[in-house]
Parts: sequence; C-alpha cells; structure tokens
Amino acid sequence: MQHLWLIPTLPLAGFLVNGLAGRRASKTFVNAVAIGSVFLAFLWTVKTLFALAPLETPHIERYFTWIASGDLRIGFDFAVDRLSAVMLMVVTGVGLLIHIYAAGYMAHEGGYYRFFAFLNLFMFFMLVLVLAANYLLLFVGWEGVGLCSYLLIGFYFLRKSAADAGKKAFIVNRIGDFGFSLAVFLIFVAFGTLDFGQVFAKAASLPVEHTAGLLTAVCLLLMLGAAGKSAQVPLYVWLPDAMEGPTPVSALIHAATMVTAGVYMVARSATLFTRAPLALDVVALIGLFTAVLAASIGLVQNDIKKVFAYSTVSQLGYMFLGLGAGAFSAGIFHLVTHAFFKALLFLGAGSVIHALSGEQDLRQMGGLRSKIPVTFWTMLCAAVAIAGVPPFSGFYSKDEILLAAHHHAPWMYWVGVITAGMTAFYVFRAMFMAFFGSYRGRAHAHESPLVMTAPLMALAALSLAGGKIDVPRILEPVFPRGEAHHSPALVAISVGAGFAGIALAWLLYVVRPALAGALAERTGFLYRLLYGKYFLDEIYDALVVRPIERVSRVLLWRGMDVGLIDGAVNGAGNRAQGIGGVLRKLQSGYIRSYAVWVLAGAVLMLVTVALAGGGR
Amino acid sequence: MSQYYTATDHFVLVPAIMLALFGCAILLFDFWVFPEPKQRKWLLAFLALGEAFAGYGLWQQHTYIAGQGIAELTAFQGSLVVDGFSLFFNWMFIAAASIVALMSYRYLEVEGEHHGEYYSLILLAQCGMYFLASGADLITLFVGLELMALCFYIMVGFLRSDKRSNEAAMKYLLLGGFSSGFLAYGFSLLYGLSGSTKLSEIGVAIARRDPADPVLLLAMVTTTVGLLFKISAVPFHMWAPDAYEGAPTTVTAYLSVGSKAASIAFLLRIFLGPLASARAAWEPLLVFAAIASLTVGNLAAISQHNIKRLLAYSSISHAGYMLLGLVAGNETGIKGVAVYVLVYTFTNLGVFLVIVALRREGLVGDNIDDLAGLMHKSPGYALLMLICLLSLAGIPPTAGFIGKYYIFLSLIQAGRYVLAAAAALYVAVAIYYYFRIVRSMFMSDAEDAGAMETTFGVRVAAALTGLGTLGIGIFPEPFLRFAGQSLIR
Repeated sequence: MQHLWLIPTLPLAGFLVNGLAGRRASKTFVNAVAIGSVFLAFLWTVKTLFALAPLETPHIERYFTWIASGDLRIGFDFAVDRLSAVMLMVVTGVGLLIHIYAAGYMAHEGGYYRFFAFLNLFMFFMLVLVLAANYLLLFVGWEGVGLCSYLLIGFYFLRKSAADAGKKAFIVNRIGDFGFSLAVFLIFVAFGTLDFGQVFAKAASLPVEHTAGLLTAVCLLLMLGAAGKSAQVPLYVWLPDAMEGPTPVSALIHAATMVTAGVYMVARSATLFTRAPLALDVVALIGLFTAVLAASIGLVQNDIKKVFAYSTVSQLGYMFLGLGAGAFSAGIFHLVTHAFFKALLFLGAGSVIHALSGEQDLRQMGGLRSKIPVTFWTMLCAAVAIAGVPPFSGFYSKDEILLAAHHHAPWMYWVGVITAGMTAFYVFRAMFMAFFGSYRGRAHAHESPLVMTAPLMALAALSLAGGKIDVPRILEPVFPRGEAHHSPALVAISVGAGFAGIALAWLLYVVRPALAGALAERTGFLYRLLYGKYFLDEIYDALVVRPIERVSRVLLWRGMDVGLIDGAVNGAGNRAQGIGGVLRKLQSGYIRSYAVWVLAGAVLMLVTVALAGGGR
Repeated sequence: MSQYYTATDHFVLVPAIMLALFGCAILLFDFWVFPEPKQRKWLLAFLALGEAFAGYGLWQQHTYIAGQGIAELTAFQGSLVVDGFSLFFNWMFIAAASIVALMSYRYLEVEGEHHGEYYSLILLAQCGMYFLASGADLITLFVGLELMALCFYIMVGFLRSDKRSNEAAMKYLLLGGFSSGFLAYGFSLLYGLSGSTKLSEIGVAIARRDPADPVLLLAMVTTTVGLLFKISAVPFHMWAPDAYEGAPTTVTAYLSVGSKAASIAFLLRIFLGPLASARAAWEPLLVFAAIASLTVGNLAAISQHNIKRLLAYSSISHAGYMLLGLVAGNETGIKGVAVYVLVYTFTNLGVFLVIVALRREGLVGDNIDDLAGLMHKSPGYALLMLICLLSLAGIPPTAGFIGKYYIFLSLIQAGRYVLAAAAALYVAVAIYYYFRIVRSMFMSDAEDAGAMETTFGVRVAAALTGLGTLGIGIFPEPFLRFAGQSLIR
C-alpha cells in the first residue's frame, strides 16, 4: 500500500476546510490551506513515485467494493502506471504553480475563499480521474472536473456573459459525456467489467475479427466524449467562451489539465483503439482538422486570451493527431510540454491583464516590453517553445507527432506543418502586438508581484528545458516504441515553417504595422470569415440551439407543461371538482365517516375474495 | 433460570428489557431526581444510555448469530425469534428513536410542553416495536402492537393545550381501536383454524387447508384490514392525514418512520409466514391496496398546503411502493422492501427535522409558505431538505433511488410490467408536489428574516439524516448486503 488515496484526498480536505470555514477566515489562512494541500499532494505524489520506481507494471490499490448489483461489480480502486505517473506530476506540479500564482492574481477579488475552494475541488476530481482504475471511477472524476469547470467559468456569475459561458460549457460537455457513458455501457455489456486491466486483457485476448466492429463503436463513442472534454471539432465551441473565467482557471483547467483529460482517456484506452483502426483514423482526422481550424481562427483574434484559447484547441488537435497516428507517447509528450508553455502563456497573459487593470484587447497594448520585463521574457520563452524553435520543449514533442503523422499519411504531415507555421505566426503576432511598438492604451502598466512572477519563471524554465524530459522513453513500458522515423529533412521543414511564421509576424506587426491592416482589407471576406470564427457559433445557434428552444417552448412548455401537466394538476388540485378536491371531501374530519370507510374497505375486500373464491 | 426463563430467553429479551427499564427509569427520575426543567437534559442522556444498552444487546445477538452461523435463535418456546430480519429492523428503530429524541428537545421547549414522560414514551413505543420485529406468536405480536400504539396515542396528543393535537389523538385512538378489533378478530380465526398461536404452526395448518375455505378467507381479510390500517394503506388511511397534522411534529416524524417500519415488519412476518400459502388469495388485495395508495396518496398530496399533511399523503404513497415489493414476492422484492423502509426512515426523518428546526416562537413552520426563502436564511437546512425531497421522489444519487430501483426491478423480474409502469408513472406526479416545496425554498423570497435557532442535537440529527440519505445512495453496497441478510428464508 502506498496510500494513493491521499493524493486526491488532500485537495479535497482543502476544499472542505475552505468551503466550510473560509468565509470568515483570513486570506492568509485560505492561501495556506489551498496551496498547502496541493503542495502536500505534490510531495506525496513524488514520494509515492520514488517508492514505486521503476513502476514497469501498474501498481493497483483496491479499497472497497463500490457497487455490486447482479454481474456488475465495481471497486473503488486506484492505479498508477507510468502514464498516470506522468499525468500526476503534471497535474500536481503545474497545479501547484498555478495555485501560487492565483494567490496574487485573485488578491483583490471578491469570493476569494470560494475560488480556492473550487480550485481545490477541481484538483481532487482531476486526480481521481487520473488515478481511477476503472471506467466508472474515471467517469466520476470526468464529471467532477466538468462541474468545477462550470462553477469556475461562471465565477463572476453576476456578469451575464460569464454565466452564459458556464452554461455553454456544461451543455456542450453533456453531449460528449453522453457518448462517453454509452461507451462505458457498451464496454460493460461486451466485457462484463469496467476494470481497466480486465477490459484490456479481454480485448487483447479476443481475435481482432470478432471485436473490430464492437471496438470501433466503443472507441468512436469514447472519442465523442474526448471531443467534448478536450474541445475538438465539432464540440470545441465552449472552450473559447470559457475564457470568461478568471485567468488562473483558464491556465489550470482550460489549458494545462482538464482539457487534456480526453487525450489521457484515449491514451489510457490505447489497447482498444489500436484494435479499431477506423476509430484511430477518425481520431487523427478530427485532431488534424481541429488543429488547422482553430489555428486559422487564432490568426486574427484581438483578445489576448481568445488567441491563446484557440491555440489551446489547436494544440489539443495536435495531440489527437499524434494519438490517431498511433504515436500515443508522442501525444502525451506534447500534452506535458503544452501544459508548461500554455499555462505560462495564460499566466503571462493574466499578468499583462493584471498590469493593465483588466485590459484584454491586444489593440490597446503595445510597447509593454520595458514596462513589464519579467512577464515579457518569460512569455517569450513560452512563445519560442510553442513555435517549435529548437531546442526548446515544443520542438521535441511537436516533432514526434509530425514524424508519426508522416509515417501514418504524408499529407497529414504537410497540413501539420502549415498549422505549425500558423501557430508560430499567431503567438508571435500576440507577442509583438502586446510588447513591441508604442503603447496604445491608457491604463498605467505595472509589473506583477513576485508571487505571480515566480511561477512564471519556473514555468519558463520548464518550457525551455522540458523537451529534455524524454517522455516517450518514460512511457515505453506502457506504449512500446515502434521503429524510429528520423528524418532531418522533415524536421528542418517543420522548423522552417515555424521560423517563417515568426518572420511574417515580425514583418506585419513590427516592421510595417500598416501592412497588417491593408492585408486585412485586401482579403476582406477571408478576414471576416476568420474573425467571425467561420460563424460556427451562429451556425450552431441556427441549426441546433434555436430549433431545440422552439421545440421546448412550443411543444414542451406550452403544449406539455402548460397544457397537459398544468392542466392536469390544476384540474386535480385547484378545482373542487378535481380528483384532489374529491379526495379532500372524503377527508371530512369525522371519525364516523372514517370508520365507515374502513368498514367499506373491509367489506369490499371480503366481497372480492368471496367472488374470486366462489369462482373456483 | 427455570425452564420458563432460560438463558436464551434472556439473551433474546435483553434489548427489550433495556428499553422498558430505561423507559420506566426516566419516569421515576423525572419525578424524583430531576424535577427542575433545566435538568431535563439528563433525561435525554438516560434515553441515550437506554439506546446504547439496547444497541449493545442487539450487537451481541448480531455477533452471536453470525458467529454460530445459525439463521435464527428462538426463545420462549418459539414466541420470540432473533434473526436477520429482526436485527435489521431493530437497528433501524434504534436509529429512528435516537434521531427523534435528538430533535425533540428544543421543539418541546418551544411548544411549552416539555415533560419527561415524552422520552419514556419514545423508549416504550420502541419496546413495542421490538416485539413486532421479533415476535413469532400472535399474542406477542398483538401485545407489541398495542404497546406501541398506546404510546403513540399519548404522544400524538402530547400538546395538551392544542386542540388539533387533542383531536388527532382522539381520532387515532378510536380508529386504531377499531382496526385492532379487525386484527384481533382475524387472529382469533387463525387460532381457531390451527389451534395454535405460533406463526410456524399456523403456517403448517393453513397450508393443509383448502385455499378457498371461507373461514380462512375471512381470517385472511380481517387480518389484512388490520395490518393495512397500521401502515396507512388506502382505503384504511383516513386517520393518517389528521393524525400527522395534529401531532407534535417530532411525534409525526416518529410515527411516520418508527410505527410504519414496525408495522411493515409485522405485515411481512404475517404474509410471508403463516399466510404464505394463501398467496393467491391475498395478492390481489395487496395489489389493489398498493395501487389505491399510490393513487390517493400522490393525487391528494398535490393539493395540500400543510407540509405535514402533504407528507402524510406522501407516506401513504410510500406504503403503496412497499406493498408492491411484497406483491412481487421474489427475493429482490423482499430485499427491496427492507431497503425501502431503511431509506425512507432516514429520508423522512430528515424532512421532518427541517420542519422541526423551523419551529420557533411565532412560527409553526408546517405551511409550505413558511419554507419560503429558506435557501437564503439557512442554506444548510435548505440543502438537507432538497436532498431528502429528491430521495423521497427517488432521484439518484440519493438513497430513495436505490429503494425504488429494487422495487421496480423486482416487479419486472416477476413479470409485473403494468404494475411497474404504473408505479413509475406516479413517481412523476410525486416529483411535482415535492418540488413545490423546493420551489418555495429556493425561488421565493423569505417573508420574515428571522434566523433559525438550532441546537447541537438538531445539528447532529441533521448530519445523521443527511449522511444516511446521501450515503445509502452513493455507497448502497453495505446496506444492500445488510438488507439481504434480513430475508426470511
């Protein structure tokens, strides 16, 4: 026993303490509880992993039988293998840094204790998700992080846009969860268990011909769930809106951890996916399509957080491309490096927003390089990492994915390269617009306090050097490495695309700022299409939201609710002639009439029985 | 120890002795040792001690049965029996009586009718319940029933200066006596048919008789009438709304869970014991009573404005669900009834607890409007109420879902699809009137800003009921296993 349960329980304790006592407690106390609990969880993770090393086979801890009904037997079991070990380190490590940062960022906000309580609750569910040893427990964590995401997106619930964004995230995720739960049912029907080890063993032992159809269905449904949680086409629309939440939330939940749950889940189910090649192709296609689509939208957005939100969607697409190409370890590798540099980009953006007292529009920034140098330099580290500049972290992981894609289907590689170019462009566009040129805004800029910049520096170091953590080698016991596809030419091309993107951004936003506007006007339609995000929100609205609204208004509300149910209820309840009224009349309050009823009932029963008996 | 009172007899009787002993002790101490009003908390401590000793006795029975690997332990020449069934119900009675006692203290202070007898009556009524769950003899069962009922008659009329309370007690007493007459008549016929008062011997005698024997049918019907009255099933439910509304709220809570659970135990003992072979004859009666209870209970609840009355009708409908488990008759069904009763005990206590907690000087708290804006005034209690109402309606992840799930499952397994569909349909109706309360709590503004005054006891009781309702819903496994052990073979 390594007491794995302690890892999620510590943040849960933090949530309980802050949730119950935080309202009256001082900020120092709330900080100590929230950050302290995550710090302890981090330490316990490190300790456990050292104790379990080398961890070549999964370490499973079974606590108790959770549900037993008929053939269904589900244990409350935690497991850790190298895959979950990597996830644990990312979640607790990056989570810890973001918790520290949030202490500074949220210092002047109302509902301070509520924010940290939810953040701790999120950590609890995320760690349950990662540690779960069966699909149902994973689903518990899965739903839990969704709930926390909803609560935190709508943290400023008095702002209508924030409340709406929370609802949107929740509803869109329901669609994905529907797929996921169907997949879980199907797995249970097919294999009679939900335990990871048993499901995978059974799936592996059956001949492929027998299981291909079933596994394809399971995997496609799982992918639907992953698409909801990890913001992939067609369910990505909630993530950009989710930026209404406080920036540390965007960094923790909507960049580094929760949105990668789908990637983790697919990687966890790798045994199933590799036996369903069709589903794997779908994963790759969805990933690739999402990567291009989101990157192209990111090219023209003006809200700094929106740029990074689309970037997140796009990078998640990369991860799915890696998974779909069969390079599961490459996908997870990118998940790790992305957690570093994207969390850093968001936290940096938060620092910029903090410095400018809430300004998020890139057009109102400029020239901040000298005003907030720490933020600038740390963000630059993230920018070179995401742009794939060697030898920084993004370069390694993106390279693995692109090479795997080339091996899978060369055209996917080329689309990936184009996306890499766009990625470099939009990130550096944001950087140049914010930090170069002359200052266009009015607010007085000031550097953030150390409590915020220290996590930035730590993440910057990780963004630069994180590529040296050879995640694929760590994951070898879980995902055996196929033959290596080294090709210096392909690497050079993708790096070149990145540099081209940076150069173009330099040209358009530093050397000739006027050119960007002219270009936007010249390509009017394309620009508007991108700026309007392909009008997908509007299309969804017209095709899905409004018809449902109309049906529920006309049929369910006016028809069913007002007409049928209210009618029935009013009839039964309020009118004296209704059933309720009749029953009330029977309840006269007179004992003799009650006694008569008892007698009448007895006689009725006797008559019934006598008649039935006489008939025999 | 003579042959009339063996060591086994004593072992089986210990919990009842403890309950009766402490019940009487409270009466004496109230009179002589603690005459000051402030000293009444010691009586509560006495009650706790009594429950603890009774619980210890039960625990010993529990471990003995499990340790010996035997199914049952009979005593007094087979008129008392300790088996999984009696243990299951008796544990439940201990929980119910303790929770009721915890929430009563402040309530009785506010009502101005705080007397030591109250705690004594709780224990003595529980002593009656003990015999109902453990009795295996008509006389024992009948005496147990009357002991329990007499205590309840007094407790229902405990608010001496309140007309409604007096009226409720009088109605309950008269109708209760009336129905006991039916039951006694049925029992006498059963004795006449078999020449014995032992359930097992009656069962053997009945199995040998012609199932269409008119005397047997008469005995069966009159017994059924008496039993259905006790669980307030339609058409013998008339007493329930009036008694529930008039009684002090804490007594209503005890009546709705303790008396109901004990009567269900009694009913199961009779129908699954001596009357098991006459199933063909009584099953249609129970189907009728169950459906009638669901219909009347759910539809009449819609138009109620008084929560206690609403809950009375809701408890009538829950009696209908419990009967359906018995109708299904398979193992799942009986286990389902046991789970249902357990779930209902915690959940209903939770609901009544919130109403009790609302009671203060100038606010009765039993009108739905009294709950308006509770979410803003005291979110904790509003949440407890929400959880309990969800559970009563049978919505996961609360315990009520588990209870209804097993009832429906048993009906489907028994091929009773129409009954299952009808029962499920009434869940929809039930949600409607439960959510009227929820709407009032969450959507309306508070009419008065007076905060709730609660005591430590009430808070502990709130935690227990809330944990029970959520805990059984989320981790049903140990409770299901426990209920499974309670099956009568």
